[in-house]
Amino acid sequence: MARRRSGAGEPPATPGPTRTPRRTVHPGAWWLWALGCGTAASRTTNPLLLGLLVAVAGYVVATHRTDAPWARSYAAFVRLALAVLTVRLLFAVLLGSPIPGTHTLLTLPEVPLPDWAQGVRLGGRVTAEGVLFALYDGLKLATLLICVGAANALANPARLLKSLPGALYEAGVAVVVAMTFAPHLVADVRRLRAARRLRGRPDRGLRGLAQVALPVLEGALERSVALAAAMDARGYGRTAAVAPAVRRTTAALTLGGLLGVCAGTYGVLTAEGGAFGLPVLLAGLAAALAGLWLGGRRSPRTRYRPDVWDLRAWLVAGSGIAVAALMAAYAALDPAALHPGVVPLTAPGLPLWPAAAVLLGLLPAFAVPQPLRNPPLKEPA
Amino acid sequence: MIRFEDVSVTYDGAAAPTVTGVDFEVPEGELVLLVGPSGVGKSTVLGAVSGLVPHFTGGTLRGRVTVAGRDTRTHKPRELADVVGTVGQDPLSHFVTDTVEEELAYGMESLGLAPDVMRRRVEETLDLLGLADLRDRPIATLSGGQRQRVAIGSVLTPHPRVLVLDEPTSALDPAAAEEVLAVLQRLVHDLGTTVLMAEHRLERVVQYADRVALLPAPGAPPLLGTPAEVMAVSPVFPPVVGLGRLADWAPLPLTVRDARRRAGALRDRLSTVVPDEAPGAQDGPPGASGTAPSPPPAGPPAPVRRPGFLRRRRALPRPAAPAPGAPAALAGSLTVRRGRVEALRRVDLTVARGETVALMGRNGAGKSTLLGTLVGLVAPTAGTVRAGGADPHRTAPRDLVRRVGLVPQEPRDLLYADTVAAECAAADEDAGAAPGTCRALVTGLLPGVDDDTHPRDLSEGQRLALALAVVLTARPPLLLLDEPTRGLDYAAKSRLVAVLRALAAEGHAIVLATHDVELAAELAHRVVILADGEVVADGPTAEVVVASPSFAPQVTKVLAPQRWLTVAQVRRALEDERAGEPHV
Repeated sequence: MARRRSGAGEPPATPGPTRTPRRTVHPGAWWLWALGCGTAASRTTNPLLLGLLVAVAGYVVATHRTDAPWARSYAAFVRLALAVLTVRLLFAVLLGSPIPGTHTLLTLPEVPLPDWAQGVRLGGRVTAEGVLFALYDGLKLATLLICVGAANALANPARLLKSLPGALYEAGVAVVVAMTFAPHLVADVRRLRAARRLRGRPDRGLRGLAQVALPVLEGALERSVALAAAMDARGYGRTAAVAPAVRRTTAALTLGGLLGVCAGTYGVLTAEGGAFGLPVLLAGLAAALAGLWLGGRRSPRTRYRPDVWDLRAWLVAGSGIAVAALMAAYAALDPAALHPGVVPLTAPGLPLWPAAAVLLGLLPAFAVPQPLRNPPLKEPA
Repeated sequence: MIRFEDVSVTYDGAAAPTVTGVDFEVPEGELVLLVGPSGVGKSTVLGAVSGLVPHFTGGTLRGRVTVAGRDTRTHKPRELADVVGTVGQDPLSHFVTDTVEEELAYGMESLGLAPDVMRRRVEETLDLLGLADLRDRPIATLSGGQRQRVAIGSVLTPHPRVLVLDEPTSALDPAAAEEVLAVLQRLVHDLGTTVLMAEHRLERVVQYADRVALLPAPGAPPLLGTPAEVMAVSPVFPPVVGLGRLADWAPLPLTVRDARRRAGALRDRLSTVVPDEAPGAQDGPPGASGTAPSPPPAGPPAPVRRPGFLRRRRALPRPAAPAPGAPAALAGSLTVRRGRVEALRRVDLTVARGETVALMGRNGAGKSTLLGTLVGLVAPTAGTVRAGGADPHRTAPRDLVRRVGLVPQEPRDLLYADTVAAECAAADEDAGAAPGTCRALVTGLLPGVDDDTHPRDLSEGQRLALALAVVLTARPPLLLLDEPTRGLDYAAKSRLVAVLRALAAEGHAIVLATHDVELAAELAHRVVILADGEVVADGPTAEVVVASPSFAPQVTKVLAPQRWLTVAQVRRALEDERAGEPHV
């Protein structure tokens, strides 16, 4: 470990509040970009387009993710996507598929089922058409998951929560703390299973896991109490004095606003209330937002270097939205190209314009400067 | 600045108050050190300053604590956050955010400081603590010393007038501890910050204190005075004070520098005596020297004899005759890679039976990894490792416990059961030992511990002893300990030293990873220093330790160029001299 000594001789860092530009983009922009790509994926089952989307997301992640712990979640999402794909294929093989097919790949022994299970099939003929349909379908879901994983890897979840209105901040902190909890739990389980080995007990298997569960939970509880104490001692939950009138107005606005939102939504969704639905919904929304804004006055918190929504953020978010919009537009124009048929079996073609639209998603890879990589870091033992 | 007025604290369900009669004042700009054996309520006194006791811990606080004129009775911890900054024993449980810069800003955000003020203070603090290069790093990737500095920085940014620290240097290597203490001194001298700090490793901190508050025993009122006054009567004291008491120096020296200036006469007296080997090593480790995996000679005589060895036999038990042949542990060109990091690089190490080896080096140098490979928790990437004649990572756990045992950094990890008795029964079963084996060991190590005690209610030192007994139940010939003295006071440490010395004399090979130079000096035949996963020094304790400024114990520094390691060594030499025993 390169330990830097705090000593003389080091050039002092920039003193005072100089405005060094951050090398990061607003996390909301990354989420919009990823959701845009995901929306585009949900509009098509063309494996070539989906593959292109995965490649685009993967390239941006590869160039722009940091060494931070949350960035490692990308690999987990990719694994999850593969698992989803596998499960989808397995189901298509075992349970059959409603797609009528003529190309039989293999025939599994069919399990005879009682009458009440009519319509469910176990085993039997597996057709190429059915498997291909399942593959396209599973690929769509997998691409969606990979896009969400990309957002997770690129945007720091804690910084996203910083952009919440002040009144929601404390709830946000609770969420962040909960999210950092999971990695700690995993580390604890690992440590305690290692300790089982030291006692001469097998460190694998379900029984081993069950026996460490109690100590792990105990440790987690102790840690959360310690963290709560530390947060309290550092001023978490300080409130500013607010006039009672303001407090009552806040409560009235928030509650009334939420009621309005509920009633409005009901109106919009049911046939009878078409006339009053939308106005009530909008009024309720406005009241609730005003309540949140007013509620923020109770919290004296300020924000340290909040993320600014700058030109880069516009570019990143815009590219994602453009991918989604262009794909949706093309889907309306030429649905057949985006949903290649499986009956009869044909090789899917690559429609040119949607492919060009997907490549727009690469814009962040060039518009955003790459993060500085840290030297190899200490791995927790 | 901090004022205790006849304070006593009783926790819920406790029969007697944890602390009583605490009545003193800490003036502005002073650094006051809180010392005392384990379990006397140091953390309770510290917690009372920030208001966490009793607002967070529960219990009853009698008397009054005021900080900067604010009564903690009426002010909750969060309302004291702008005047008191608190860092607990474990910095990891202190962090709320995930990167260094955010962490430094967190406290100021809670207090609602203006954005430009926050920005300026974060930059200042990054420079003050030498953290500028780490500003964007995720906290999870920092080393121990860096974490401790970030934790201190995170409470400094709101410019508190009082800083409360619980064992800030206990988990740190000597160099990192010096970094942290240098920062504290700068805060006290340059910014007039008031610091109240508890610490077991007095040899590191006592010279920085303006005054010392001693809690002599549980429930006893504290004793306040200058460091020299308090050290003269304290039951806990650093080796330099021990040497001063031995030589009747008055006033007592607190720093190596002071002691050296007075040590002329003592050095003259000792110049005719050659120090015996490191205590516990008088009989010389059988067949142990160097890193080359050469076959050890068949028992004593040891290959390298020093003049001191011939001088006199000590009345300590001699090691059992070692089995000829295989060493207790052997690593050859051992390399361990974790991701992109090479945790160990071509490490060669041989540990003979009956030998005690101390592994030293910075936080993150690879000490724990080396212990992990010896016990099979970590598989080597390349090279060989043998422990007790087996490949540790390929041996079934049940078989391995009879060959090698590890007491981990957190002894609690080893303990599962609700009572000491259940723990012992489980240990007997795991090890296939006769029922009662573990309990007998516990009784030997920890007299007076009840069968029904919950392991969680034991003190740090008692828990260590219980874990040690559990590991020893299988009678492994190779015993590994990871940071055994973290959180132990001097009394618990000297009990541990006695136990380990007896085990070594019975023929157990012991390897301990430690930052505690005084422990290594007391116990180890050999010291191996690791840096960045490589062995940079390996040799007899006296040679390695004397040559290194950061790993030398205080006695060595005071009496250099003579090679004394511990106060006990010097005391024995002086006693012999008085007795007129002839030296060979």
